[in-house]
Formats: sequence, C-alpha cells, structure tokens
Amino acid sequence: MSVAQKYGALAAGAGKRWEERAQKPLLLVGTATCGRAAGALEILRCLKEEVGRRGLEAEVIEVGCMGHCYAEPLVVVAKPGWPAICYGYVTDGIAARLVEDFLLNDDPCLEFVLAALEPNDLVPSFADFPRSRYEHKMVLGRCGLIDPEDITHYIATGGYAALARVLEMAPEEVIALIKASGLRGRGGAGFPTGLKWEACRSAPGNPKYVICNADEGDPGAFMDRTILESNPHGVLEGLIIAAYAVGASQGYVYVRAEYPLAVERVRTALEQAREQGLLGSDVLGSGFSFDVELFQGSGAFVCGEETALIASMEGKPGLPRHRPPFPVHAGLHEKPTVVNNVKTLAYVPLILEKGPEWFTGVGTSRSPGTAVFALAGKIVNTGLAEVPMGTTLRQLVYDVGSGIPKGRKFKAVQIGGPSGGCLPAELLDMPVDFDSLTVAGAMMGSGGMVILDEDDCMVEMARFFLDFTQKESCGKCTFCRLGTRHMLDILTRITKGQGRPEDLDLLQALAEDVKAGSLCGLGKTAPNPVLSTLRYFRDEYEAHIKERRCPALMCQDLIAYYIVPERCERSCNACMGSCPVEAIYTTPDMLKAIDQEKCVKCGSCVDACPPQYRAVIKVSPPEVVADKAEG
Amino acid sequence: MGRTVSLTIDDRTVTATAGERLLWVALDNGIYIPHLCAIKEADPAASCRLCFVEVEGCPRPVTACTEPVRDGMVVRTRSPQIDRLVATGFELLMSVHRLDCAHCPKNRRCELQKIAARRKLKLRPGRLAVIDRNLPVDESHPLYNYDPNKCVLCGRCVWVCRQLARAGVLGFAWRGFERRVTTFEGRPLGEWDCSACGLCVEACPVGALALKEAAR
Ligand SMILES: Cc1cc2nc3c(=O)[nH]c(=O)nc-3n(C[C@H](O)[C@H](O)[C@H](O)COP(=O)(O)O)c2cc1C
Ligand code: FES
Repeated sequence: MSVAQKYGALAAGAGKRWEERAQKPLLLVGTATCGRAAGALEILRCLKEEVGRRGLEAEVIEVGCMGHCYAEPLVVVAKPGWPAICYGYVTDGIAARLVEDFLLNDDPCLEFVLAALEPNDLVPSFADFPRSRYEHKMVLGRCGLIDPEDITHYIATGGYAALARVLEMAPEEVIALIKASGLRGRGGAGFPTGLKWEACRSAPGNPKYVICNADEGDPGAFMDRTILESNPHGVLEGLIIAAYAVGASQGYVYVRAEYPLAVERVRTALEQAREQGLLGSDVLGSGFSFDVELFQGSGAFVCGEETALIASMEGKPGLPRHRPPFPVHAGLHEKPTVVNNVKTLAYVPLILEKGPEWFTGVGTSRSPGTAVFALAGKIVNTGLAEVPMGTTLRQLVYDVGSGIPKGRKFKAVQIGGPSGGCLPAELLDMPVDFDSLTVAGAMMGSGGMVILDEDDCMVEMARFFLDFTQKESCGKCTFCRLGTRHMLDILTRITKGQGRPEDLDLLQALAEDVKAGSLCGLGKTAPNPVLSTLRYFRDEYEAHIKERRCPALMCQDLIAYYIVPERCERSCNACMGSCPVEAIYTTPDMLKAIDQEKCVKCGSCVDACPPQYRAVIKVSPPEVVADKAEG
Repeated sequence: MGRTVSLTIDDRTVTATAGERLLWVALDNGIYIPHLCAIKEADPAASCRLCFVEVEGCPRPVTACTEPVRDGMVVRTRSPQIDRLVATGFELLMSVHRLDCAHCPKNRRCELQKIAARRKLKLRPGRLAVIDRNLPVDESHPLYNYDPNKCVLCGRCVWVCRQLARAGVLGFAWRGFERRVTTFEGRPLGEWDCSACGLCVEACPVGALALKEAAR
C-alpha cells in the first residue's frame, strides 16, 4: 500500500466514527486548565450523571479551550437538527437544564447562550461578536472543538493529511514550501523556520534531532499549554514533518512538569499516533522512521532558552551557553538539532495543507500569518486571541479584549512577557508584528500581553518584572547575575521613596549595559521593562524620586489612607469595624479619622466604606494627610 | 584548520592558525584583553564578560574568548563602547567582591588588580552599592582556605578539579545571585578526600582559593 492509500484507510475509519458520532447529541466540555480552574470537571461530572440518569443516547466529550477563558466553564451542545451552541459561565444548575430542557425538550435555554459556533437563524454566533472581525484562527482552529485525547477527531477533521502528502515529497521540497511561507519562529525571536530547517538538514552529523519547545515559562502566557491541551496532534504532526524535512530520526517534546494536563495529553497523543502507524518505524509505510519522547522540564524560565534546554535534557545544569555553535550545527549530544516552539510547529501542517500563499495572505509582509496573544490584566475578555500579524494594539485591547473593566483608563500594555516592554497609549495604533515591537522597545516574546490601567504604577511594574527575571537568572554570567540585582535594588528603593536623583541615569546605563553584555537572551532582554518605562513613563519615576509621590497610588510606602470629612457619614461605623489594627477612631465632631501611625495600609476600610459615601481615599505622598489636617 | 591567517588587532598585523580563539591570539602577541573565565584547553564558558572587543563588520561587541580568528579580521580592543562595557562588568564584579587587598594573599598577583591597572579602573565601585554576601569562609582544609566572598565565579577551579585533577570536589551550586562554587551538599573542603594537588589554588585568579599562611 502506498502512503496515500494507508492514510486514506485511516481517514476513512476516522471519518466513519465521526459521522456515527454526529448522529447523537454531543456535549463538549472545555476541560483545558482554564476550564478546570473554573470548575469544568464538576460540570463534566454533572453532565455525565444527568445523561446517565436519564439513559440518554448523548455523548459527553472533553475538549480543549476555545479562547473564551473569561466565560469558563464552557459547554457546547451539538444536537442533530440544531446549530451547535456554546454556553458560558455554566453551573451545575445550568448543566442540568441543558440536559433536561434542551436535550429532552428542545428548549435551547437561550438565556445561557454565549453564542452559536456557526451563523444560523436561531441564535447569534461568535461571528457576530465584534472581536470576530479581528480574530483569525489558524493554530487555534480546532481548539475546543475536538477531543484532544481521541486521534480520530483530529484525523476526521483533516489531520495528518499534510504529513501523508509530505512523505511523498522530497525533504527539500518541504523546506522550500516552508521558506516560501515566510514562517518565523513563534518562540520569541522570530527566526525564519525554513532557514533553520535547511541549516540543520545540510549540517554534517548523525543522528539529527528535532525538539518541540513547550517550556513556556513566561508568567501570564498560556498559549502553548492551551494548544497542547486542546490539539496535541496538530503540534505532533508539525514535529514529524520537521523531522522528515531535516532528516531526524528522534524527536522530543519538552514540556514543563507544571503542565500536568498537557503532559498527559501529549503522552496519550504519542501513544495513539504510534498505534496508527504515524510514529515509529516506517511511518505510514513511507520508509521514514521517527519516534518522539516526552521530556518533562523542571520549570526554570531559563530552560526555555534553547541551549539551556538542551543542556538540561543531557542531564547537565540548565545553563545557556555561548552561540555559535547554534543547535542546528551542534545541539543535543552535539548533533544537529532543530528547536521549534509549539506554535511554530502547529502552523506547519496547516501551511503544507493549504499552501504558502494561504499563509502569506494573512499578516504583514515581513511577519506573515497570525499572532496568538494571552490577554491578561485589566481587560474585560481575558483569554487567548489569535489575530493577523499587523493588528493594532487598539484593536486587540478594545475590540478583541472589549477594553478596560470598571470604566478605568488604559495606561499601558506590557507585551512579550517579563522581558518585553511597556508600551503607552500613544502607541495604541501601532500594528503589532515582530519588527514593530522591537523598534518600540518591546518584543513579541511568547505573546503574553498584560494590560495596565491608571491604577498601575509603572515603576512598580518594572520592579515586578525585573524581580521575576532576576530570580530566574541562572547566575552564570556577570551582567545578568549582578546587573539585574543592582537594577532591582535601585527600583525597590525608588518604590519605597528612597530614590536619588542620580538613580535614573544609573538605571538607564546599567540597563543598556546588561542588554549589551549578557550571555543569553534572558539577560539581553531582562532590562526591557526598565528601558521602556524609563522611555515612556519617566515622569512617574521622577514623581517617586523628587516628590515621594506615586501617581498611581500603588506603592505602599508612598501612600496614606485618608477619610474625607465632607464625605464621611458620621453615624456609620463600617470602616472602624473593618480595620484589623484599630487605627480608625472617632474625632470630637463625630467624624472618623485614621491614626497614620497605626495604619498598616491594608485597604479594608476602602472596601468597607459604603459605596454611596466613598469617603476613604488614598493620597500620595503620605504627608498630604498632615497638610489636609492643618489646612 | 591548520591554515595560517593574518588579522589586525589594534592596527597591528598578527598571524595565527585559523579557528584559534581571538583572546589567546591577542594575548600570545602581547595585546592585553581583560579576562577571568577563559581556559585555553576548554570550551569557552564566556561567563565573566570582560573580554569584549569590536570586530569590524559585527554590529555589537563580541567576546574575544569565543571568537575564532579569520583571515583579514579587523579587531579593536578599545573603543568608548568596549571600555564602557568592560568598566560596568568590572564594577559589577567588584560590587560583590570583598575588598581587603592589604591582607589578601593574592595582593599584587591578583587578576582584578591587573584589570584595574590596565584599564585604569577603580577597585572600589563608584556608582554601585557594595553588597557583602557574608558567606562563611571555609578554613577546614589543611592546605588552603576558600573565601566565597571573594570568588568571581570564573569557574577555573571547577574545571581543573574535574578535568585535570579528576577529583570533582568543586562544583557550581545555587542559581542567580546565589550561584557559588562549593562542594557536594556544601560540606567543608576538609572533609573531602582531595589529594591537595593545589591546582585549584593555582587556577584562582583572585584570592578566593588561597594557600594557608603556613603552607606558603
Ligand atoms: C530566557 C529565554 C526563555 C525562552 N523560553 C522559551 C519558551 O518557553 N518557549 C519557546 O518556544 N522558546 C523560548 N525561548 C526561545 C528559544 O531559545 C528558541 O529561540 C525557540 O524555542 C526557537 O523556536 P522558534 O524558532 O520556533 O521560535 C526562550 C529564550 C530565552 C532567552
Ligand atoms: S574571558 Fe571571555 S567571557 Fe570570560
């Protein structure tokens, strides 16, 4: 049998199962980590119980994440004769009603609908959401719609067709197609994938290795986790194709052990792919042999850096080393090795299936395709969003993310993870791609995007992110080990109101030198939050240093709580009762006031003061309180 | 390999064997480049970050210990940018180096003093706060003492202990700012069955590993 025939048989079998399944009502529950955190396993249990109790012919299936994490737990009901409808914020009660009212009685419970998956006459669909004008799903395409633990779902929706086609092409042809697509690595640096593969293919040395980098250590980033939890075969297919293109016989998926569900789902995917003859010796009868092992990283941020990652796989301490030699020439066990990010690999089968033009048709000329962002922080729709490269920050924040909650004002977006940069409102109309971000002082990084509003202090933000990179520095090289420490000390001092006028120039100089002098990408990028906030929010630094004032009222040492006498309702004791240290007292004219000596600045009184008074406010610098008392 | 190449370092033409590392070629020709971590026989650790030079055609400074020489290469060991990087790297190291030259066994033979003299740098940090790590000094070994507060983490002692002495007593432990040279489980050096070959002491460019007064 030829490869095509073998694949044809697989696809036919999977297609048949898929068809059979579609005859029954299906209940899809998003049980990726985001869903689980919101209680999806309880919903899953509840749905199964309801269906079982009533002896229904319906199937309850676990799926991954669709990106609407803000509305988890999510359930999709696909009932024959009805559009597939997604329900959000599902509770036990709603779950029970979906079974009772919808499955049994044809009442689709419109009050709980988030949206239908496809446009229809009955209920609004995701396509009607304002964000769908900007979203463009490529690697997230199947996420949340197929069972990640059942390979037939992936195959029935066209999965592994690209591999079957690739196996009948010359490896050089595959590389040429990836080069033509302009695909750039999604691990952060944006290196052209085709060039990387070509270099590895032509490097002398045997065996060769391919590694999928799923270390994803950025706090706030969860796209790689989501993709592995939602569609592991999409990544695996990309890895097999990479191996075929470069001539590797062994591959690895390097997942951090803190992602237990991703680990589990990748393991299952590997087993199932092996059973179907998609891995192992003689893949699909092509004569090409390749297998993949799972490697669990121990969760050091720096181990996401490719040379540190390889060292840790070899059983050595996870420290980066000088490049060159690059892994494509001397990687794992000194052999030519391709390291690619999860998303990079997930694009590969799609590009080979639909052609490079399909890919270059989206995004910008130098950064084709889409970008996946994890939206977090002060934004209404937290979750994943996949948009064409070149989408503006404004579209991302306001149209995809639905803006800032509680009517607060946008201040900045920290983009590219802890070593990205903070970009201000003036740059909201900047189209986002690899190159524009670097010019602006940020970077694509992993695609983490933290939105900050007027209540966030930019000095504190810089300190917070530097605290992370400083802790995650491996300590090998002088600039990163010591430079980040000194920068952190200076920033900490400034947020405590002990900044000195010369601090800003020193901070700037140190940041520039750490960037230029560090051995690996961690140190080369760690100063970005400092440099970008100095560039765009220098006035906030100056307020801290010159006036001991935190404009965002965030730095604990620079604020005080104060009860506005005009707003205080004399007879109400709410604030007093809430104070854990008895710092609030009643003045002779029966108003409440705060003893600043006793106050621990916990903020309980702000929450306790009834919303119609809002008498407790924060002031900065703390001395303002004394002025007010006198004045 | 084996081919002879000719290159220019600070306007001087020198010849070398292709593939040799720039740092050693420069040093062999009497051209000074600050360095602490480099070991000629070993793969470069490139961790001290003091050997920066400018190579024509490279947009950014490169470390001389990792850079193979090429025919026609044009190198500068000094420039405002290089001097600034080296000064900062040196000041960073000095900010955690316990300064006590007068009582230090390495006084006058210390690589840090040499770098300071050659580059006209101050031993005492000017802009940066001094951070004393206050780690316990290990005086348990009969022949030598180890003062981690003076250690610059160049790793030379670790390399000789493993590769030349084949003892493997010394190694790196901890991460980030806490990274240090120590023994397995941090047990005192005196508890180890080390042959007292003294290679580590010889390798130490500063006064962190030093012979006891009686042994000098
Ligand atoms: C400190 C640091 C952390 C990194 N973490 C990751 C990571 O978690 N995942 C990843 O894919 N790449 C990470 N990278 C980038 C990798 O070194 C490497 O460039 C990437 O995996 C290559 O894949 P790509 O070509 O598909 O982008 C990191 C780099 C640095 C410097
Ligand atoms: S000698 Fe080159 S980095 Fe230390």
